[in-house]
Amino acid sequence: MSIAPPQGFRYIGKKRRTKEDPRFVTGRGRYVADIALPGMKHVALVTSPHAAARIKAIRTDKALALSGVQYVLTGAELCAGTEALLPGVDAPKVTRYPLAHGVVRYAGEWVAAVVADTRALAEDAAEKIEIDYEATEYVLDPEKAVEPGSPLVHPAHGSNVLYRRKFVWGPVEEDFARAEHKLGLRVRWGRSATVPIETFGIAAQWDPGQQLLDVWASIQMPKYPDQIARALRLPGNAVRVHFDVDVGGSYGVKRGIKHTVLVGYLAKKLGMPVRLIEDRLENMRGGDMHGPDRIFDLQLAFDSDGTIRSLKIRALDDVGAYAGRSPLQLGKPVGAIVGPYQIHSVEYEPISVMTNKTAQEAVRGFGQSPTNYALESGIDAVARHLGMDRIALRQKNFIRKDQFPYLIPSGTSYDSGDYHAVLDKALAAADYPALVAARDAARKAGRLAGIGISSCLEPSGGNSSFEPLFNPKNETTTWMDSCLVRVDLSGAITGVMNTSSSGQGHETLVATVLGEVLERDPDTIRVVHADSLNALPSNSPVGSRMAIMLGGAAAGAARKIKAALLAIAAHNLRKDVAELEYHEGSVSVKGEPRQTLGWAQLVEIAHRKFHQMPPGLEPGLQAKFVWEVPTGGGLPTADGRIQMYPCFSFEAHVVLVEIDPETGQPKLARYACGHDCGVMISPDIVHGMTFGGIAHGIGAALYEKFAYSDNGQLESQSFMDYLIPSALEVPALTIADHCTPSPHTTFGQKGSGEAGYLGAPAAIACAINDALAPLGASIAELPMTPLQIWTRMQLARAGN
Amino acid sequence: MSDDRVYPVSIEVNGTLREAQVPARLTLVDFLRDTLRLTGTHAGCEHGICGACSVLLDGEPVRSCIMYAVQADGRKVTTIEGLAQPDGRPGALQDAFCEAHATQCGYCTPGMVIAAHALLETNPAPAEQEIREAIGGNLCRCTGYQQIVDAIKLAAGKNTGNAA
Amino acid sequence: MMPLMKAAPFAYARPETLAEACSLLAEHGPDAKLIAGGQSLVPMMAMRLARPAWLIDIARLAELQHLAAPAEGKADGVFVVGAGVRQCVMERDPRARASLPLLAKALPWVGHVQTRNRGTIGGSIAHGDTSAEIALTACVLDAMLELCDTSGVTEIPAREFFLAPMVTAILPEQCLAEIRFPVWRSADKTIRRGCAFEEVSVRHGDFALVSACAQLELDPDGRCLRAELGLGGAAPTPLALPEVGAQLVGAKLDEQAISAAAAAAVALADPEGDLHASADYRRHLARVLVERVLRAAQQDARSTVGT
Repeated sequence: MSIAPPQGFRYIGKKRRTKEDPRFVTGRGRYVADIALPGMKHVALVTSPHAAARIKAIRTDKALALSGVQYVLTGAELCAGTEALLPGVDAPKVTRYPLAHGVVRYAGEWVAAVVADTRALAEDAAEKIEIDYEATEYVLDPEKAVEPGSPLVHPAHGSNVLYRRKFVWGPVEEDFARAEHKLGLRVRWGRSATVPIETFGIAAQWDPGQQLLDVWASIQMPKYPDQIARALRLPGNAVRVHFDVDVGGSYGVKRGIKHTVLVGYLAKKLGMPVRLIEDRLENMRGGDMHGPDRIFDLQLAFDSDGTIRSLKIRALDDVGAYAGRSPLQLGKPVGAIVGPYQIHSVEYEPISVMTNKTAQEAVRGFGQSPTNYALESGIDAVARHLGMDRIALRQKNFIRKDQFPYLIPSGTSYDSGDYHAVLDKALAAADYPALVAARDAARKAGRLAGIGISSCLEPSGGNSSFEPLFNPKNETTTWMDSCLVRVDLSGAITGVMNTSSSGQGHETLVATVLGEVLERDPDTIRVVHADSLNALPSNSPVGSRMAIMLGGAAAGAARKIKAALLAIAAHNLRKDVAELEYHEGSVSVKGEPRQTLGWAQLVEIAHRKFHQMPPGLEPGLQAKFVWEVPTGGGLPTADGRIQMYPCFSFEAHVVLVEIDPETGQPKLARYACGHDCGVMISPDIVHGMTFGGIAHGIGAALYEKFAYSDNGQLESQSFMDYLIPSALEVPALTIADHCTPSPHTTFGQKGSGEAGYLGAPAAIACAINDALAPLGASIAELPMTPLQIWTRMQLARAGN
Repeated sequence: MSDDRVYPVSIEVNGTLREAQVPARLTLVDFLRDTLRLTGTHAGCEHGICGACSVLLDGEPVRSCIMYAVQADGRKVTTIEGLAQPDGRPGALQDAFCEAHATQCGYCTPGMVIAAHALLETNPAPAEQEIREAIGGNLCRCTGYQQIVDAIKLAAGKNTGNAA
Repeated sequence: MMPLMKAAPFAYARPETLAEACSLLAEHGPDAKLIAGGQSLVPMMAMRLARPAWLIDIARLAELQHLAAPAEGKADGVFVVGAGVRQCVMERDPRARASLPLLAKALPWVGHVQTRNRGTIGGSIAHGDTSAEIALTACVLDAMLELCDTSGVTEIPAREFFLAPMVTAILPEQCLAEIRFPVWRSADKTIRRGCAFEEVSVRHGDFALVSACAQLELDPDGRCLRAELGLGGAAPTPLALPEVGAQLVGAKLDEQAISAAAAAAVALADPEGDLHASADYRRHLARVLVERVLRAAQQDARSTVGT
């Protein structure tokens, strides 16, 4: 692994141990299921066995008669006592409550919640609840769901279409008319998700004396406390979310609004601490778990020399029976809709459609990875059509490094990049000529082997510009994040962050940045998570944003501390600040090193000696910094152009796959990824997330699917059928780093939280298709399972 | 049906004899976590696939979610907490996990460390494929396994006096 | 009721002797279930797909822990395995590896290290899964199963034990006590012997979509003297194919013979389709895997001199 160390940094970019690892390796993390509140009660959920049905009666008496059972909550009571949860788009009739009321809309939907002294007792009681259903018509196929006459998931909404708009950016029809070639293709991204090993959990306790709901939860959700308070009809300051809970993985999915409203309601109603720790089955069938499920229809217009002129994308996304933020996952890709390519004009038609399946939630990349898969499939199709080398075609169309900032047709300006260099590094890391030789040797020996290439963007610095774009009633234009820094009387530094973490190493991030700016050893800096009542604004670690946003906020706060120290020193040394220099916490007069005030002296003045403080400076040493997303703040134009995210990381994947010609089993033989996320603050963390993202991508490409039977039952609701790749499916992975700093960020960093996942599925799909090409077979649907691959091979061999 | 008879169990956990009265249906993972409050062992799937709940039973790695506490009566269990140094700081293998940054969210980590520990006890210098087989029953969603494999190689190198 | 993950309540007994275990079974009948390693049973109980009122723990019964290789010098003998012997013990035991090379090749396919540390040889057989590797090996080698109850001991060939998916010939009051695997050996040192086990699963360690195994004896010219083979996951039960093996005897195992054997095997297969594999795909895999294990077993035989 080549690390190009960024220049001029003391701690940033260096190999350093993380702050979090020691507690995790010794089993001393503190996850929500580890929190034991005195007298805590446990929830189990009764869920719908039908894809669609009317609930005719619910009888709870037998359940309530069991000893140890505290309560059974059903939809009628909960719906009366709470506000509905609304989708992220303007569809006020598509309402959702944590429990179904009157009708169920997917198999696995929560119908009743049992509260008991133990989880096992709650499950015993759940079995005793009798529910009469009258099955109704349902729709599972999103293409049928958009047709008139389809059964309606939400009849009050009048249609299954939750959102649909055709954006046209630039002279699409003219470009198509002028192009020498056109082609169309359809690809399908299967319903999968990031599926953390920790399920979702929440514990809540109501304090009637303080009128305060305390919440501990396994969350990664923007504006979570506000949404809970609103739904529970409480003022915002009556909900206190404890962000110091370690989250056992999320990668987007740990949203937990419905869980928290349910448990918060029960805790308040019963006056007892209550918790719901989903079991794996609850998690898979009815938790916030399923990801995008998309059919893409692409058309590309291009010339014989490989120049791609224009692009049309229709994306039909099956969001399931309800929608939180999921329709917006069609919105984020607007900000990178042409990928890394110079494409002059684009038509984009996102369609968000409801079916009788588990609701979709946010998944790593927020819709970008499926879009990247579709785009890259299109590029490969052009290469095949022209008989042109896939790499050369990409290189020809790449935005060149001298073209940045580069404005794409949909209104977003890319910050920086060197796509040619990163692809070259990936090819070198994979030893591409050797890879080609290995593939060709395998083919000669009668085996099936293929090479996959993908070159994809990772928009980062998560803004929520897709909210006003997809919902004109929503004028959110800031997605700030914050940091508070405190230097105590002993001189120790504490950084306060304002959200929970789910493995991204934020404590290490903040400590590294504070150490860098203040020139103090990060190992001596403590980082804590505020609770929501003493937190500064945060929009949670989504959208590959924390290195940029939390890193930027921490740097901003540290700079304020540094400025205060300089001001104190200037006052006491009777110099102008410009005459001073700061070094490792001490301030000296330039050229006169004996005129120095040390860290301890400066801190003591700030904390004890008001008489030595410069006029106008607050005593004590603390500073907060709230940072707006760079380039953010704008509303979309009438034709839907918007600056989406500020920074654009880039990754190029090169993979060699072998397919058993008889069984159809794929095996990844070699994997390399070139990656540029600007300045890496913690290389080990960036690499770790990238490796993990690639593994997620391997899962999405080859193994993982939430599969439904024809009668709407989720067939892969356990880990026996939802197949997460193990260390035996994920090969050794190589990353080649490249650094193109972002001009928009404090240190030149970009985001990397979605790295790997955004390009791996595209590359693996490309490799599988390259391997199948000699047979004349191809697959345009993920996941590409052995069964799928074999079926395609059979069809091709039979001459179809 | 909710009439849970209890049974006495006596299990040596991390070197200390622990006695309790438990319902037969209490799994070993729930016993460790809820009865003994040893929360380092994690429940991931509760049906024996993900490996997050791995512990050592008489020195051998097993899945504590598909074993009842009553079945462990009279036996020795070592959990992730038992692999740390007496003062709670990371033991040698745990330290290698820190050095290689083999953890992100930390949820699968205790099971991974247990699986790796068991491997190195019987095979101090494993090949990469042997490492992957030893952790093949432990799912991780964060790391892509790369830095975990690196950590185990690092620990093995220290075991055998060879640099990894 | 959609399944959740905590078992229904049950009573637990850990008898000291096999006789005591049988008495408990006789007393509770179909309400009782034996548990040894529990690696398949406990997940089913967690989802309440199994809900015995009594769980009788036989994991520690010394009477079920024996391993006995046939005496030296005897011709074909049997390797006796107590039903409670853990898979990991069998995997490591040098006598078992030498006497039952096919089982040694099958065991690494069974689950993962952690499950093999708990799972037993007998438990895997008694569970009755069509894709279970140990069950397939027992059928292919024509092992004899010893079942006991309060009235004594009965024997049943493994090939007659499996009736339907997760349904076996064992009666509610019976305990599988012992498995007797025939060991192939002979005084004739010119005979070459080989075996192979292969399977296709989506991920390593998953249930096999289809598995196949074979054990062969060849004369010095490579002519087949004896052949046994079978398929897992290709029918409602593990499928031994003695008639296909018989068809190979006397033949050289050239591609034509192998292909004919595979075709004969597939003709006897009757697979189900599911999420991960259609019936057609399973049939195809059965053919491919039979060919592969016959080739590999032949290769194995060529590389090892008979003992």
